[in-house]
Amino acid sequence: MRERTEVLIIGGGVNGCALAYYLAERGVDVTLVEKEYIACGSSGRNAGGIRQQWSTRENVRLAMGSVKIFERLDEELGCETDYRQGGYLILAHTEEEVKQFKRNVSMQRSEGLEVEYLEQDEINDIVPELNVEGIGAIGATWCPTDGHADPIKVTIGYAEAAVKKGAQIYKYTEVLGFRVEDNEIVEVKTSRGSIRADYIVNAAGAYSKEIAKLLGVQLPNKPYRHEILITEPVKPFFTPMIISFHDNFYFRQTPEGQIIGGWGNPKEEPGYNYESSLTFAKNMARLLTRYMPKLRHINILRQWAGLYDVTPDARPILGPVETVRNFIQMNGFSGHGFMVAPMTATLMAQLIMGEKTSLPIKNLSLERFKGKVTKEVSVVG
Amino acid sequence: MSDVIVCRCRDVTLEMVEKAIDEGYKTVEELKRKLRLGMGPCQGRTCMRLLAGILRRKAGLKPEAIKQHKIRPPVRPVPVGILEAEAYEGED
Repeated sequence: MRERTEVLIIGGGVNGCALAYYLAERGVDVTLVEKEYIACGSSGRNAGGIRQQWSTRENVRLAMGSVKIFERLDEELGCETDYRQGGYLILAHTEEEVKQFKRNVSMQRSEGLEVEYLEQDEINDIVPELNVEGIGAIGATWCPTDGHADPIKVTIGYAEAAVKKGAQIYKYTEVLGFRVEDNEIVEVKTSRGSIRADYIVNAAGAYSKEIAKLLGVQLPNKPYRHEILITEPVKPFFTPMIISFHDNFYFRQTPEGQIIGGWGNPKEEPGYNYESSLTFAKNMARLLTRYMPKLRHINILRQWAGLYDVTPDARPILGPVETVRNFIQMNGFSGHGFMVAPMTATLMAQLIMGEKTSLPIKNLSLERFKGKVTKEVSVVG
Repeated sequence: MSDVIVCRCRDVTLEMVEKAIDEGYKTVEELKRKLRLGMGPCQGRTCMRLLAGILRRKAGLKPEAIKQHKIRPPVRPVPVGILEAEAYEGED
């Protein structure tokens, strides 16, 4: 293993790999260590949704910035990521949701997002096959520039492009500990030897909390299992991601025709649990047939699980911490790390290079949890 | 070898597998993610055995050093409607 590097990134998920790419592209000497292999965690386990419809302004801005990058990402990385702007249809089931969604739309439009509120009888204009009344949807929001990509292809695309630009990636390399002097990390001990670095970035997803613990830094993040499944391919007949916070449920059809979707079990307890459950499969079957009765005849191919790295306000933790000066957080994405990665990584590269970030990220620091926080409410938990 | 199919569900050829191994993807799970082989309707029942052979030959790995991919449920494809009926009969 090399002896020193300017920036050491811990974690080969989409955020770590994207950061490695943007830093290497700008001539920074960057090294990434990954306990297993690229995209083995949440970046390789999510449904690839990319949405800009959020309830907090910071998330809307992060996501809109990311979409701008996704639009030209294939060209930039020199690979195919299956990026499509098929839109996101978010369903409202209660009057309370209708009120919240109308507030969201007005805030999102003030940010320049192309988004509209749909009345119940307009929903089938977007997806004719949706059983609107049967599922009790009374309204929806619709943003046609939301979309999806293949998260594994994006993550591997960033990693390979980073290496081409000079980044060094060590797979199967675990961080074991740190040597700290005067509130600064001087050396990182790994299963492959020690390495010195000016900045150390904690992008270890659901394991970021464990990395921070090695330094005595307490992160409020908790890992939650989130299950997901995919069906056999059938002829593509709808393009949007369909999502309901009320039913804690979302699904879309891939460009190849497979239906992929997930349901968040409200009874899920925090923990590093990757087991697949029959409860999940049954609930998905019930939801899929309620939402689109004709899906009853399609075969489920595979189900799996990944972890959400959840913070108390469902927003990421970005930037330095007070107690260890060169220890930079890039975690706590709470189930939305993939879709914001291009913009988040761009901002983090700016921060590390000592530039003014093109979006403010001060209010996403770890220290915010000392005060009152604004929770992101548009989430499938 | 561009026309030798390894994964017939996803049209992955021997040439694609060998190129990926050369690029450093030397485990079953990595190759699965890189090439998407084993993710089709047969869930790797055909290609995973072939892949182990290719890894042994091309990457010089001993059979016991080749970790098989994780088998995910359901074991066979199951129609949504069957599970749905279960869901309404059961407690859940």
